[in-house]
Amino acid sequence: MLGKYLSLFMLTATTFAFAVGADLGEGTKAEEINIPAIVMFFIFVAATLGVTYWASKKTKSAKDFYTAGGGITGTQNGIAIAGDYMSAASFLGITGMVYLKGYDGLIFSIGFLVGWPIILFMISEQLRNLGKYTFADVTAYRLKQKPIRILAALGSLAVVLLYLIAQMVGAGKLIEILFGLDYEFAVVLVGILMILYVVFGGMLATTWVQIIKAVLLLVGTTFMALMVMSKFGFSLDALFTKATEIHPKGVSIMSPGGLVSDPISAISLGIALMFGTAGLPHILMRFFTVADAKEARKSVFVATGLIGYFYVLTFIMGFGAIVLVLGAENGYYLAADGETLKGMNNMAAVWLAHAVGGDYFLGFISAVAFATILAVVSGLTLAGASAVSHDLYANAFATSKVDEAKEMKVSRMATIAIGIAAIFFGIAFEEQNIAFVVALAFTIAASANFPVLFMSIFWKNLTTRGAVIGGYVGLISALVLVILGPVVWTSILGNAEAIVPYKFPAVFSVPMAFMAIWFFSITDKSDDAARCIEEFDAQDIRCQTGIGAEGASGH
Amino acid sequence: MTKEQVLAIKNNPKYQKLVGTRKKFAWTLTIIMLVVYYAFIMLIAFSPETLGAKISPDAMMTVGIPAGVAILVFAFAMTGFYVKRANGEFDDLLNDLKNDLEKGAN
Repeated sequence: MLGKYLSLFMLTATTFAFAVGADLGEGTKAEEINIPAIVMFFIFVAATLGVTYWASKKTKSAKDFYTAGGGITGTQNGIAIAGDYMSAASFLGITGMVYLKGYDGLIFSIGFLVGWPIILFMISEQLRNLGKYTFADVTAYRLKQKPIRILAALGSLAVVLLYLIAQMVGAGKLIEILFGLDYEFAVVLVGILMILYVVFGGMLATTWVQIIKAVLLLVGTTFMALMVMSKFGFSLDALFTKATEIHPKGVSIMSPGGLVSDPISAISLGIALMFGTAGLPHILMRFFTVADAKEARKSVFVATGLIGYFYVLTFIMGFGAIVLVLGAENGYYLAADGETLKGMNNMAAVWLAHAVGGDYFLGFISAVAFATILAVVSGLTLAGASAVSHDLYANAFATSKVDEAKEMKVSRMATIAIGIAAIFFGIAFEEQNIAFVVALAFTIAASANFPVLFMSIFWKNLTTRGAVIGGYVGLISALVLVILGPVVWTSILGNAEAIVPYKFPAVFSVPMAFMAIWFFSITDKSDDAARCIEEFDAQDIRCQTGIGAEGASGH
Repeated sequence: MTKEQVLAIKNNPKYQKLVGTRKKFAWTLTIIMLVVYYAFIMLIAFSPETLGAKISPDAMMTVGIPAGVAILVFAFAMTGFYVKRANGEFDDLLNDLKNDLEKGAN
């Protein structure tokens, strides 16, 4: 997930836009309809709808709907988390980045991965022990429900909607090229399928769709990497040597190329990557699907291993694409200009699939890429719907006692509303540069969601006032700094020089949020503050031991 | 949980041992991970040629590639290390504590 959007962001920033309509000129649009891809795609859709039907039979209570009954195993959840991360643009984007820039692609992969150990050490089991359906269950554990739930829901919805926009635009563009389908048709199709998965199958269907896709993607990429290596007698040096002969940048693709040049940007990127991941609602909610803290830990272990393995594969595939796609006879995969790839430059992985496995393997990989988009948008939509029904409706605004059936009904209505909004935004934003959307979503996750979550778990003296003010300081400063930064101010608004020179302002907005939380907590002398502080010990005991934590439901 | 129960658990030496050891362990690993990652980032920012040096005169492989892959493997190993200890030693301590508490309650 993270990988998808950051690579997306990077690609756009480096002018090889993934989702910028203007870059896909007329000459590249007219790909013929890919029959094997469409057949394989329909097989996938049929299988996932079958899963949804099965899941709908098992989804009875709110707990089933939000967390698959808490009965997902650590290994299954780990694969699903890895699936959230190994998204279409992570697959296409990172391979494409290695293809274009060589070593720099690896730098990004590393940034995406290192947040996971931190999540394991600091967040995962704490979340599992304290929460129920959403991360706001943790932040509102001892603080005043209403203001904290509203803050968390705003933070969640902002991240989810921004992500969905980026996702839908990227999906439409990708499908247009892979399958030869119309952009609008593709966006509507993705929207309808995701609504079906979530409304009927809830978290159980969403998780299994994600697992199926993750396995397919890992099998496909393993095959590609093996095919590449087999052409070089399994010698990396032979592959690198050939690649440096073919690539216009020559041997410079073997070393860092100025992607991360100044220390402030480097640190800021690191903060956004690490703490952004720990503030993504659709990632956090996955920790509620397992039975206990033990399984939560295991899932991070499995996810980290699979994601790391996947990144090593994308590195090999990127170099493989330099030799086999860029170096193919008579420029077979190149557009009319003889430099860029057919379709777009980050189609390197897709054309590599064709180069090593022919039309049918290309069809398989295209179908997997589409499946990836479906799985990821479903998870996002469920996270957004949970924020509406569980946080806003059931715990903040409902005037009378809310029963489970009512809460689930609201959740399903919210799913449909978010799905329709996503289709609408996907079509409305078709020609827009969506890079800022990605930068914003990440920075908000790191600046608004993460500090409140972290402090609510670890800091005794946190009060409602401190959390609310700090959360909004993070949210607003993230918004303002991204708008004043190079992505919006320069690229979109067309000003000569950005007021804030950093694409990821997390290095400023995250500390601002923490400082506001600290200051407005320690100066809070209200009765509510005293109560929040007093209740910390009981919370901490549950956090540390899991005594009193939500268990799995009985099936 | 009543105030007395909270106080009793808080003052239980087994609880204190569990929380103290695990907290120290988690923070140590976090700091190690941050140091390793930011050392790598600083190398990219200030001395990219170190990572771009060839591992041997006749090889095409540069130092940065095994270094980068090593960080991926290291991150994975760290999660494994933590999970092994947490799911073993720490959970044993926790179960021991829970048994005591149940006995105390009866």
